[in-house]
Amino acid sequence: MPLLLAVVIGGLYATALYLILRRSIVKLLIGLALLTNAANLLIFTSAGLTRATAPIVPLGSDRPPAPFADPLAQAMILTAIVIGFGVLAFMVVLVHRAVQAVGTDDLDDLKATDT
Amino acid sequence: MNLFLLGTLLVPLLTGIACLLAWRRRTTQRGLGLAGATAHFGATLGLLWTVASDGIQTAQIGAWPAPFGITIVADLFSAIMAVVAGMMGLAVTVYSLGSMDARREEYGYYPLFHVLLLGVSGAFLAGDIFNLYVWFEVMLIASFALLVLGGERAQIEGAIKYVTLNLISSAFFLTAVGILYGMTGTLNMADLARALSRTAAPGLVTTVGLLFLVAFGIKAATFPLFFWLPASYHTPPVATSAIFAGLLTKVGVYALIRVFTLLFVQDPGFIHTLILVIAGLTMATGVLGAVAQNEFRRILAFHIVSQIGYMIMGLGLFTPLGLAGSIFYITHHIIVKTNLFLISGIAYRLRGTYVLKDLGGLYRTQPALALLFLVPAFSLAGVPPLSGFAAKLSLVQAGLAGQQYAVVATALAVGLLTLFSMTKIWAEAFWKGDTGESAATPRPGSAAGVRPRGLTSMFMPVVVLAAVTVAIGLAAQPLFTLTWRAAEQLLDPTAYINAVLGSPR
Repeated sequence: MPLLLAVVIGGLYATALYLILRRSIVKLLIGLALLTNAANLLIFTSAGLTRATAPIVPLGSDRPPAPFADPLAQAMILTAIVIGFGVLAFMVVLVHRAVQAVGTDDLDDLKATDT
Repeated sequence: MNLFLLGTLLVPLLTGIACLLAWRRRTTQRGLGLAGATAHFGATLGLLWTVASDGIQTAQIGAWPAPFGITIVADLFSAIMAVVAGMMGLAVTVYSLGSMDARREEYGYYPLFHVLLLGVSGAFLAGDIFNLYVWFEVMLIASFALLVLGGERAQIEGAIKYVTLNLISSAFFLTAVGILYGMTGTLNMADLARALSRTAAPGLVTTVGLLFLVAFGIKAATFPLFFWLPASYHTPPVATSAIFAGLLTKVGVYALIRVFTLLFVQDPGFIHTLILVIAGLTMATGVLGAVAQNEFRRILAFHIVSQIGYMIMGLGLFTPLGLAGSIFYITHHIIVKTNLFLISGIAYRLRGTYVLKDLGGLYRTQPALALLFLVPAFSLAGVPPLSGFAAKLSLVQAGLAGQQYAVVATALAVGLLTLFSMTKIWAEAFWKGDTGESAATPRPGSAAGVRPRGLTSMFMPVVVLAAVTVAIGLAAQPLFTLTWRAAEQLLDPTAYINAVLGSPR
């Protein structure tokens, strides 16, 4: 399972970077969405995968029974997903405005502020 | 529970919320913004005072004990950075009262500004690396919105580059955090420092360190990763540019210094030498880029890149003197650079352009402004007796003591080129005769409408910041003692770790 996820994550990173390097502004957007998801999956995997038990502490004990899923990593991913979603929503609107303002979806035409 | 520590975060948060509640009521928002920025500056001063006299301050949010809960920590370095951020927040707020146009004020300039201050202060005080990520995002989202506020075409174009590169940097940051968590099982920085010092995989540790170097390198605009900065910083209204120039890249530098003094110190022969090389290249490319520019704010934007090199040079040297020099340099640079941007805004208000060719004759009509420009400009180049001289002197001394002659030579040569490009602005914008056709006619539809009353509140922060620059230059000793103590705290993290986790069992 970790091996499979490692391949998936690697594929996501590669696809994301490839799309970001394309000239189309929409592909840039999709690339960025994939990139944050790849990072989230990486945190999920690196915290250790287990299907054993949920991390619920039984009565009379101070820790859950031995192999349990790490809740902290999931909490972090949840935070990261929310942040990523918010930023992506902003990016979508920004791209929309950029296409309206420039009249093309070609990143090579966005050179006016470069030096 | 330390009032000032939490106040540094709560004041901008509450101010932001209060400003949002006063939506569309410009006068109320302006008053709230000013009061909030003043209170924030006061809280940071109180924080620095407490940290300097009582040692490192910590707060466990929600009273969860240290490695599990969210920790807020302020050591001397954090506190110094917070004070400078507070000072810039106040200065730019006063400046905004005169310079910001009514439409942007109505569409939430003040709430966004205070959320930005919140993100910056939070990043300085975060004691947990995931928390640092969250504060970075708070700061970034506020800065995205500030950057495009007004929606001019140049702003949108600049924002595309700025947002894209910052999102990529955030993804790198998150990746590094994920691997670090998989490796050590903790994210509290003090706990990480302990865990990493006894970890068995130094190769992987260095790899993660390099991921952090790339992530923070993009945010700090170091050598190969700085392209977003000169492409976007000259597009928004000048008050926004000024606060970006003063604070945002410095948060990246802060994170670099924090991470590479506390966590990744296993292999200084490799990582810190790499940082030193990057420092030299950053200085040189930044200043060469500036020499090629002919627009007031673009020159200044490239100089930010160049100055970042000096700030991480001290980190690369990794000696107390070097780090003290770096912290001194950051303090001096934030004040001076913000001030230069503010001055460029006054020139724009008077002449309606940032293009040096069309500016001119400012010395004849505004001798006071010309004098005010010379103070930060010379300070940036490192001319004694201004603040930049003391900062550069300590870095150069540290470099010589570490026998890094190449980077010292670069630092000195770059200082000379900085003086050259400041002279270019001086000769073109101030000394040259009036160009005639551009005089006192701001471009139609431009960011700064005609509102002559605003000039007073635009001049006030410029005068105060110039006075601070001169004061730091003439009496460098107290500040240098403070940064020296901060550097010693950074190089011996035992106090930091014990303050967060309690003494070792």
